Order: sequence, then C-alpha cells, then structure tokens
Amino acid sequence: MKYDIHFTLNHEEISMTVAPNRTLLEVLREDLDLTGAKEGCGAGECGACTVLVNKKPINACLMLAVEADGKDILTIEGLSQGTELDALQLSFIDNGALQCGYCTPGMIMSGKALLMEKPAPTEEEVIEAINGNLCRCTGYKKIVEAILAAALKEDKS
Amino acid sequence: MRYIGESINRVDGIRKVTGALKYVDDIKLSRMLYAAVKRSPYPHAKLLKVDISKAEKLPGVKAVITGKDVANRVGLYLEDKTFLATDRIRYRGEGVAAVAAESKEIALAAIGLIEVEYEELPAVTNAVEGLKKDAPLVHPDMKEYKWGPIFFPEPGTNISNHYKIRKGDVEKGFAEAEFIVENEFFVPHIQHCPIETHSVIAQRDPDESLTIWSTCQSPYAVQKALSVAFNLPLNKVRVLSPAVGGGFGGKAGTTLEGIVIPLAMKTNGRPVKLTYTREDEFINSFVRQGLHATIKTGINKNGKIVAVKNTFIWDGGAYTEYGVNIVRAGGYASTGPYDVPNVWTDSICVYTNHPVGGPYRGFGMSEIHFAIEQNIDMLAKKLDINPVEIRRINGLRPGGKNATGQVVDVCGLQDCLEDVVKKLDWENSIKQSPSKPNRVVGRGISCAYKAPSMPNNVASSAIIKINDDGTAHLMVSAQDIGQGSDTVLTQIASEVLSIPPNRITIKTGDTDHTPYEWQTVASRITYCTGNAVIKACEDAKEQLLGLAQLKLGIEKDKLYLKDGYINSDTQPQKKIAINELALGLSLEDGSGIHGPIIGRGSFIPPGVKNTDKQTGQGEKPVAFWTYGCQGVEIEVDTETGKIEVLKVASSFDVGKIINPQLIEGQIEGGIIQGLGSAIFEELIISKGVVLNPNFVDYKIPTADDMPEMIISFIENEEPTGPFGARGVGEPCMVPTAPAIANAVNDALGIRIMSLPITPEKILRALKEK
Repeated sequence: MKYDIHFTLNHEEISMTVAPNRTLLEVLREDLDLTGAKEGCGAGECGACTVLVNKKPINACLMLAVEADGKDILTIEGLSQGTELDALQLSFIDNGALQCGYCTPGMIMSGKALLMEKPAPTEEEVIEAINGNLCRCTGYKKIVEAILAAALKEDKS
Repeated sequence: MRYIGESINRVDGIRKVTGALKYVDDIKLSRMLYAAVKRSPYPHAKLLKVDISKAEKLPGVKAVITGKDVANRVGLYLEDKTFLATDRIRYRGEGVAAVAAESKEIALAAIGLIEVEYEELPAVTNAVEGLKKDAPLVHPDMKEYKWGPIFFPEPGTNISNHYKIRKGDVEKGFAEAEFIVENEFFVPHIQHCPIETHSVIAQRDPDESLTIWSTCQSPYAVQKALSVAFNLPLNKVRVLSPAVGGGFGGKAGTTLEGIVIPLAMKTNGRPVKLTYTREDEFINSFVRQGLHATIKTGINKNGKIVAVKNTFIWDGGAYTEYGVNIVRAGGYASTGPYDVPNVWTDSICVYTNHPVGGPYRGFGMSEIHFAIEQNIDMLAKKLDINPVEIRRINGLRPGGKNATGQVVDVCGLQDCLEDVVKKLDWENSIKQSPSKPNRVVGRGISCAYKAPSMPNNVASSAIIKINDDGTAHLMVSAQDIGQGSDTVLTQIASEVLSIPPNRITIKTGDTDHTPYEWQTVASRITYCTGNAVIKACEDAKEQLLGLAQLKLGIEKDKLYLKDGYINSDTQPQKKIAINELALGLSLEDGSGIHGPIIGRGSFIPPGVKNTDKQTGQGEKPVAFWTYGCQGVEIEVDTETGKIEVLKVASSFDVGKIINPQLIEGQIEGGIIQGLGSAIFEELIISKGVVLNPNFVDYKIPTADDMPEMIISFIENEEPTGPFGARGVGEPCMVPTAPAIANAVNDALGIRIMSLPITPEKILRALKEK
C-alpha cells in the first residue's frame, strides 16, 4: 500500500507516492536527491537530519514521509538561492562555525528555526535551540557566536 | 606576511553551509547495489562453517562473499587482520560474510539467511588477564605475521608490541627520592563519534581497474592496503575521498573498504555501497584502546623528579595493526613533558577479544597524561608545594632531555604554563564561592606534550599548476577532515606565490590525480604537507622568475612575486604579469620556450631516526614536539556528584599561527572532546559485548556542556616547520581530562583514578572519605 502526498518543499509544490514505512529523511535523500540533511544516527539522537516542517525543526529520520502531506518543508538546500546565501549561512562561514561540515546543515536549520521565531535570542536560547544537534568538531562556541551574530545583523538591517 | 596569520574564511565553507558538498553516503551511482554484513555474536570463536546458499538464492541478491574472498592479511604496521574473518572470530561483531543486493532491505534479509557454525572459545576480556601464561591466545599464528622493524611482537603470547625505555638507573633514582608515589590508573575504551559514519562505494570496470569512494583520512594508505589485500597493482586501484565528516583518527588506515571490494568484483560492474549505522560505528570501526597504567614516581626534597617507573598495559582489542604504534608513542613519551634522569618504561600492547583499538586524536598521550599529571599533583602535595611550582621545577626547557634522551631544542612549555597561570589568575585569586549551595569549586592544571606518532620517513607531496590567467590549482592528498587543511595549505601557497587565496583552488583526495600523501593523521599536515606545498610553490616561482629574467633582462635574484606580477626594486617600471608566463615564454621571433608552469614539492621530515631497540634512547625519534598547558575551574555538586566545567584556559606553543580563527576552532573542539572523555565517555564492554553503542547511552558533549574557554598561544618557531608552524590538532585535547581530575581533587580532596569521572564515582569516593 502506498500513499499520495502533496507538500511544499523548498518553495516548490511536490506530489509523490510513498510507502508508509519510509522516513522523510529517506525520501529527501534517496528519492528527491536532497542530501544536505544527513543521517548521523537514524534515531533522533544527533540532529544531523534537522529540517524545518511548518517552520519547526524536526529530525527527518523520525518523521514518516506520509506525515509531510500538506506541510511546508524547508531543507538546507532551500535556504540559499543559487549563489545567494542566507545571512545565517554567511555568519557560519564568517565566524568559523563549521569544521567537517557534517552537522552543519542540521545545525543551521535549528538556528534558522530559532531566528524565525525569536529574531533576537539570548545566548541561553541559542544553546537550548541547538542542544539536540551534536557536533564533534567545533566545541559549539563559534556556532553559538554565529547564530547570535546573524541575529544582530538581521536586527540592524 | 600577507596571508600567513590571517583569519581567512574556510575555502570549503560555502559548499558546507549550503549542503552542496557531497560526502560518500550522499553519492548515488547508476545501478548501485547496497551491502550488508553478517557479524559474529561471539567475541572469540572458531569459525566452522558459513553457509551462504540460501542467501544467494534470495531474489535481488547479486553477490555474497565470505572470508575466503578476503584471505590476504593486511595492516599498517603489523599485518594481522583480514577484512572478514577466515577461521577465527576475535571480537563480537566481526564480519563473517557480506551481501550486495538491489536494496538495503534485501541485503539485510539475505544476511538473515546466512547460516554460520561457531565453536565458542574462552575470551580475553581484560588486557591484564591477557598477559597471564594460561590466557587464551587471540592470535596463535602471530609468528607468521609481517611487521615493521620498530615494533616488537612476542609470538606465542598476546603481546603484539613491547616497547621499552631504559634511561639512567631507575633504582638509584628511587634511592635518592624523598617521596615516592605509586598509583594505578585506568582509561577505558572510547569512540571517536564523528557525526558522519563510515561509508564506502566500490566499482570495478571491465579493464580490472577498481574505483573506491571512501570517507577516509588517507586515500593512499587505503590504496596500499587494498593493493596488498587483493593482489592488485596500484595503477589499477583508484581511491577517492571526496569529503570527510569528521575523523579524529577513526577514519585513518582502513576499515570497511576491504568488505565492499570483493563484492564489487562479483557484480559485473555495478557499484556497491556500504554505510555504517551508528551502532556499527561504535563497534566495528576503530575505538580508542583502553589503558591500565601503573606509575611510580620519585621526587627529591627540592621538588625534582628523580625517577619514574611505568607499566602501561594497553587493551589493543582484536587486531592491533595500527595499535602497536600507539603503544610505541605512549612509551617514548612516558615521562610526560618533564625532565627525568632515570626512567624505566614497559609499554605493552595486548590482544583482547574487544573491538579493534586504533588511532584516536592524540593517541597514547591523552591516556598516559591522565595518569602522569595526577601523579605529579600527588607528589606536589607530599612536598607541600603547589601544582604550578612542581611543573615549573620539572617541566621541560630547551637544553633539557626527554624520556628518549633527546635534547630539547625549541620548547615553550614554561611560557604556556605561566600563560595559563596568568589567565586564571592562579596565584593571586582566592577560590570563587560556588554558584549554588551543595557545590564546591575546584581548580586543576595539566601540562601536555605530543609528537607526530608516525614512521620516520613518511612522505608528502604537492603539485601547483599556474593557469593561463594567473590563477592556480594546488593538488595534495592531505584531507580536510574539518581541521581546515584546505584553507591553511591554500594560505601557504598564497604566501609563497603572492596569489590571493580566492585565486587558488585546492584539489585533494584522488589517488589517480592528486600526489602522494602518507596519511592525514598525527597533527602532521600543516607541518609535512605545508612543507611540500612551500617546495612546490618555490619550484613554480623559480620557473617563473627564470622566464622573467629572460623577458625583462633583470637578474633572477633581484626579482620577486607580488600580487600576480614579477617585479624588481632595481627597475620598478619593468614588470610582467605571471599569466603572461603561465604557459611558457613567447619570444620576439614568435617562438616559445619552457611551456606551462607546474611546481612540484616533496617532503620527508629531516633526520628522524630509530631509537635503540633495548633502551628506547635516540637522538631525534620524532619530527617535533608540541607543548602546552591547560587549567580548569569546575564546580562539583556534592549531592549529585555532577561536575560542571566552568572555565578552561589553554595555551600551546604552536610555533606560528597560520590562521587564528581555524586554530582557535581546533583548540575549542579539542577541549570539548577532552571534556567528554573526562566526565562522560566510556564504551561499556561486558564479556566482549559493547552495551552502549548509541548516543543515548554513550553521551558526548552538547552545547549545554560548553565552558568558558580562554585560548592563547605561544609562538616559538619550529626550525623545520612551514613559516615556523607545528601541529596542534591533537595535543589540545590531551591536558583537558587530567586537569579536570586534578580540579576534582582540589575541590573535594578525592582522587578518581579511572575515566570517566562520573557522578557515581564521585559520590562513592566521598562516602569512602
């Protein structure tokens, strides 16, 4: 048994048929070739697969694809437009907030969700927002700084 | 300098923040098959029979292999492993067969159909037990293995390397001691936990050439191992490492590549992919070896350490092809960064039926410093001097001698120590009051040193080609595993050629197209590959200046490169753009000479020699040493036993900072990884079974665990380093755990002799006190 689903993905309308046991992450990576969201654990423990569903950060490895029906989904690929990067992406680069880059898409999407909800978060709020995203390289300091710096920039502009 | 010392943004930044960079698991090839591995449920067993007939018949299955298909033994330093078990199981989880199928689901179903007969054997589940005369032998055939000349296995036992230091007269030293402390410490297995798990794709073409996409730190080391394992010439094995999502040593050497290749040889050209699950990553890739350390240290009444006697028993796991070198490193560094006249060390690698021990960021050093640095603090207490003072007295200085008898040349250890003391206001400040009731504040300090633990003659190379428009391509096989080598090596090329970083594109990780690099390990890339890049760029520069001399009529030694031009101070009006020479020099008569400018550079660390087999003494056993110090402030909750690390001050002598932002990132990441190993991380192994292979039961630090970090550097230039730089990626995590252990003692007067320092251990020690 398969299900027809319709959703918005990175500002485009998508219609597809999916098996009920497939996760959103599998469908994004394998069927739609959007490999920015990573599988680090497959169990909702690391946050590397974080995407936004109706502006909320979700572990795509824990969400079934059928649940995407009617939703608005944003992945890291939808955050930039061609060579135009989002302010948060630029801030990650400027602040040295990435190393190996494997947690980076998930980390940025968690940060983005926070900034969409709270344009001027406190440091504590930033830490709370990315607490479900594991990074083994950076020690988190520059990630927190990058999110705060992006917030400040948005605030000024 | 224009580019050295500048915080230039990462050259791989845009591809990483947009999700555009393709890691191995992101690659999908046409008609790709998926692999799965049948693994042993026993830690030690004879492998009697593997029946794959049912699996082969399952629709969608395209290939099934067993140990018979991978019979050649391989290994980096000691050839002791096969990629699948052939006749014996040596750890729980070892592969016995593998399947390639149309989908992951079919591959997993086929694995379930493979029938295996085992005869379980008594297992070695403790390295100390493994040394006993009647212990079961993990590798009864050891005498048939091949190994490098600097390793000393003992066939007929479980000892795969016994490295010795015999310096001075240790008994005489202890006789002169005012106080002697002797303690036992234990450091458990931990796992690297890169967020990207291992992934490999292999494909064989009809002309017998193999292409392997591997998330590996060292494509040339993988190529070599595969060539040995499958009797293939190197020109038929192409290894690509397109991107690495964190390594920390776990993706050094080879792990799963050899399982995928024999499958790909049976699929008529269809590529085969295998990606590890997180559970696989915890159990079936490298883990950090466990260590049982006994340290006896004697000190005289002036606070000078007079003798050290160490027994390091390392839990090497089922295969120690890599681990033997960790044991060697732990041996030659066994005094820590202290000047000790009399030293006796036995550093022993023991086979056990545990997961395979391997390189982990700072290998050997994090483990031994946990013991050394606590012992030093205990001696200070005996003598009633403070922890800083004892390190001032004994810490290495230029002109001193380390454990191998090597005379110390450049060494900023004392500067680092004073730097940390100042940053924490150690000597003037009084203890802060705790932030909450039931909490106690403690401070601790630890020094550290580390050398690149690699064979003496490891090689690096680089090629730079100047393009028609004056831009350039730099080619190396050093891998950017997050540490920032792509950016740092580009900066080095920019500096020599005076071409800005955005006009140089670096290419890495393809054994068909990028030149030889031994391995991306050992904090050696900035130093080794950096030197090769300098040489390549100087070669290109020499060619450019030679042509410019002809064109401009100015002697070569008066010419220099600046901003894409070749200039001289003598005749500043005459200059030529390098793009005019990039493809050679065109002469007045229309002819041309030289052709395209391509620079090549090769490097081997100069003058590194073997140590004496019996005593471990030597003139220059390593390329260089990196010294540093960290101090921490913690709070411990006496009701819950929980530690909160409030502040870490870190200072390392890095020779020369190439990129301040990147080096700061290395230190911050190292501190947090050190903090994780100090208070959270342990692979719990019971009777050979790993009980916590997931991030719920094996906690690594999150953003919430981050302390305040005060990071500074000393720059005493390394004489042989590129622009004076030396490596620091690994050393920065070495002192964190011992500093925290010393802070626990400062706070509560208790000593925790094993990692991690859990709330349970603290509460138990408080109760016993």
